[in-house]
Amino acid sequence: MKYIEEFRDPELAQNLAKGIAEAVDPGRDYAFMEFCGGHTHAIARYGVEDLLPDNIRMIHGPGCPVCVLPVARVDKAIALATDHDVILCTYADLMRVPGSKFDSLIKARSRGADIRMVYSVTDALKIAEGNPDRQVVFFAIGFETTTPPTAVALRIAKAKGLKNFSVHCNHVLTPAAMRAILGAPGDPTRITIDGFVGPSHVSAVIGMQPYHEFTEDYAKPVVIAGFEPLDVMQAILQLVQQVNDGRADVENEYARAVTEEGNAKAIALMDEVFDLRDSFEWRGLGSVPHSALKIAPDYAGFDAELRFDVQTPAPRENKACACGDVLRGEKTPEQCKLYGDPCTPENPLGACMVSSEGACAAQWTYGRFRQQDLVAE
Amino acid sequence: MSKTKGLHGVRPIDVERGQVDLSHGAGGRAMTQLIEELFFDALGNEVLNREHDAALVELPPGRVVMSTDSFVISPIFFPGGDIGSLSVHGTVNDLAMGGGVPKYLTVGFILEEGFPLKDLKRIVGSMAKAAQDAGVTIVSGDTKVVERGKGDGIFINTAGVGVVSDGVVIGGHLARPGDKVLVSGTLGDHGVAVMSKRENLSFTTEILSDAQSLNGLTTAMLESVPGIRVLRDPTRGGLSAALNEIAQQSGVGVALDEAQLPIRPEVKSACELLGLDPLNVANEGKLVAICAAEDAEKLLAVMREHPKGKDAAIVGDVIDDPRHFVHLRTGFGGKRLVDWLAGEQLPRIC
Repeated sequence: MKYIEEFRDPELAQNLAKGIAEAVDPGRDYAFMEFCGGHTHAIARYGVEDLLPDNIRMIHGPGCPVCVLPVARVDKAIALATDHDVILCTYADLMRVPGSKFDSLIKARSRGADIRMVYSVTDALKIAEGNPDRQVVFFAIGFETTTPPTAVALRIAKAKGLKNFSVHCNHVLTPAAMRAILGAPGDPTRITIDGFVGPSHVSAVIGMQPYHEFTEDYAKPVVIAGFEPLDVMQAILQLVQQVNDGRADVENEYARAVTEEGNAKAIALMDEVFDLRDSFEWRGLGSVPHSALKIAPDYAGFDAELRFDVQTPAPRENKACACGDVLRGEKTPEQCKLYGDPCTPENPLGACMVSSEGACAAQWTYGRFRQQDLVAE
Repeated sequence: MSKTKGLHGVRPIDVERGQVDLSHGAGGRAMTQLIEELFFDALGNEVLNREHDAALVELPPGRVVMSTDSFVISPIFFPGGDIGSLSVHGTVNDLAMGGGVPKYLTVGFILEEGFPLKDLKRIVGSMAKAAQDAGVTIVSGDTKVVERGKGDGIFINTAGVGVVSDGVVIGGHLARPGDKVLVSGTLGDHGVAVMSKRENLSFTTEILSDAQSLNGLTTAMLESVPGIRVLRDPTRGGLSAALNEIAQQSGVGVALDEAQLPIRPEVKSACELLGLDPLNVANEGKLVAICAAEDAEKLLAVMREHPKGKDAAIVGDVIDDPRHFVHLRTGFGGKRLVDWLAGEQLPRIC
C-alpha cells in the first residue's frame, strides 16, 4: 500500500522511540490525551505503547462517535426503528451500542425492525430512492468528519425533493468536548493532561484555528497528528518537547492534510445545513453547552426529530459503568468494575467497549496481555 | 435430454428461462425431471445414478473422517467462485484438515421458489467441476423447495467422508510450546472478494476468492511430514479465530510475527478502507499447519512446491502462555493481541 506503509516503517519508529526516550525528563511524568478514537486504535493496533518510555501515559479521549452517544439517543433510534415502521440506516458500529435495559439496534433488528448498516450516507439516499413507499431515516452520528457528508446528503435530498428521506442528527463538535474535559480554565480539580494529540480527520475539516483557545486559555499544547502510528509518535515527541520548553502551541504534524483554516467548502456546507444546539447530552461528559448540531430551519423538512414523534421512557444506564470516567481520562479501562467481567466486546455494557476505537475495546482486544494480574502463575 | 421425454412424456425443462417452482420439490414428475436433466447431467456417476436414497460405497482401509457444512453465502456468485464450488471445497477441506483423504460427498439443496434454473445449472456445473478437481464423488443428493420469501434463493448443505492413513494423528489439542505455525498462502482473499461484490459496497478490486480444495496439498504435506500436529482451514473469523481455537484447545499461546504474514497489498488496502483486520477475514482455500520446529523447514519446502501452497510461510511459534493468548509482534515494532472477532464482521461470507 503505497503512501501508507511509509507511515508504519519500523526503522523510523525505532528512531522516533529513541528520540522520545532521549527527550523525556526522567524526573517527571507526562500525561497526553489522544482525543480521537482513530489514534486510540492506532496506538493499540501497532503496539505504540511498547515504544514509549514508562513515564509517558496516554489517556484515551472521547473522540469515538458511538462511545459518546448517550443512552437516551440510542433509545430514540431503537424506538424510531421499532415503532414507526421506518427503514433506519446507520453506521455499523452503532448497531451494538447498548441502550436502556441492554437493548440495542441489532436486537431490535432481530425482533423485526428494518435496520440497515451503511458505509456512507449516500447509501441511505439510494435506499430511500429505491423504496419510495417507505420512510428512510439516516441516524447520523460523528464529529466534524462525518458531518459534511450528512450535509451533502441533505442538500441532495432537498434538490431532488425526496419526500421519504430524513436525518436524525447527532453530530457533535470536537472543541466543545475538549473544553468539557478540561473544565473551566484554571480549574485544578480536573485530571492533569499535559497536552493533546490533536484530531486527524476532524482537523482536516475544521483546521488548526479552533485549537488556539486551548493553548491560550488553558496553556495545553496541541499537536495535530495523522492516524498512522508514526504520526502519533512524532506528535508525542513534539508534545514532550513543548512541555519541556514550557510552551503551549498548536503544532501541525499532519500538514499533508490539515491547514490553518481547514476546508472552507466543508465548513460553509455545515454552516448552511446545520445550526448549533444550545446544549447536548454526551455519554460520560454530561450536558455540554454548544457541543452539537441540529438541522437548520431551511432543511427542517428533512429533520427526523420533527417528522416523527418518538417517545421514550427516561434512559437507564448501568450505574457501575465507568465509561464516563474513562472518556474523561479519570479512570483507565481496567479500573472499571465491569471491565472484562461481564463487559467485553461480545457483551458490551458500556459504549467504550463497542467500537474498536473505544478505549475499553482497544485495551481489551489488543492490550490485555499487558495486565499481569490475569496471569495464572 | 431425450431420455426424459421418452420416460415421462413431457417437454425438457427450459433451463434458459425456467424457474424453480414448488412442484420441483414435491416428489412428483417435475422433481424427477429436474434431478435427471439438471443434476444428473452434471453430477451423474455410477453410484448417484442408481437413485437409491442411501448410497452404497466402498472405502479403502483406515479410519474414517466425516464432516458436514452448510452454505448460505451472499452473493451466490462472487469473483473466483460460487456457492456450488464453495460447498464442495468447504467439506473437502474440513475432511482434509482432519488428516483425511476425502472420498465421497452428499449434497442437499434448499431452493426458493422462483430461483432461476439457469443459475441452478451453473451452480451444479461448478460443483461437478470442483468435485472432479478434488477427486471426490457426489454419491447422494436431496432437493427441497421452499415458498417464495422463505429462503434466499439457494442454500446448500454438503456432507462427506474420507479416510485417514495409519500413523496420522491431527487435532487442535496437539500443539505444543516450541512448535512452528505455518500458513499455506495469502490471507483474507475470499472475504474481501465477497465483500467487494456486496450490494451496498461499490468498490471494484482485482481480488479473486481463494476458494479451492486443499486435499492435494495436505496429502503432499502428510507424506513428507506425517507428524503434523494441527491442520485447520481459517474460514469464518479468519486466522485469528483459527489460532485462538487452537490455543484454547491445546492450552498454549501463539506468538505471530506480522512481518511474515502473507497478505496481498490489495487485500490490505481494502481492509484499510473498510476498517477490517485481514487476520479476521475469511479464507476458503488456505490452511494453518502446526508442526514440531525441526520439521518446519521441510514442511515449508513441500508446501511451496505445491501450486496451492506456493506463498506458504512460517508465521510464528507456539509458546507457553497460561492465558492462551495469540500475540503479534507488529511490523511497527510493538506488540498486540490477536483476539477473536467480536460480533459479526459481515454476514454470510460462506
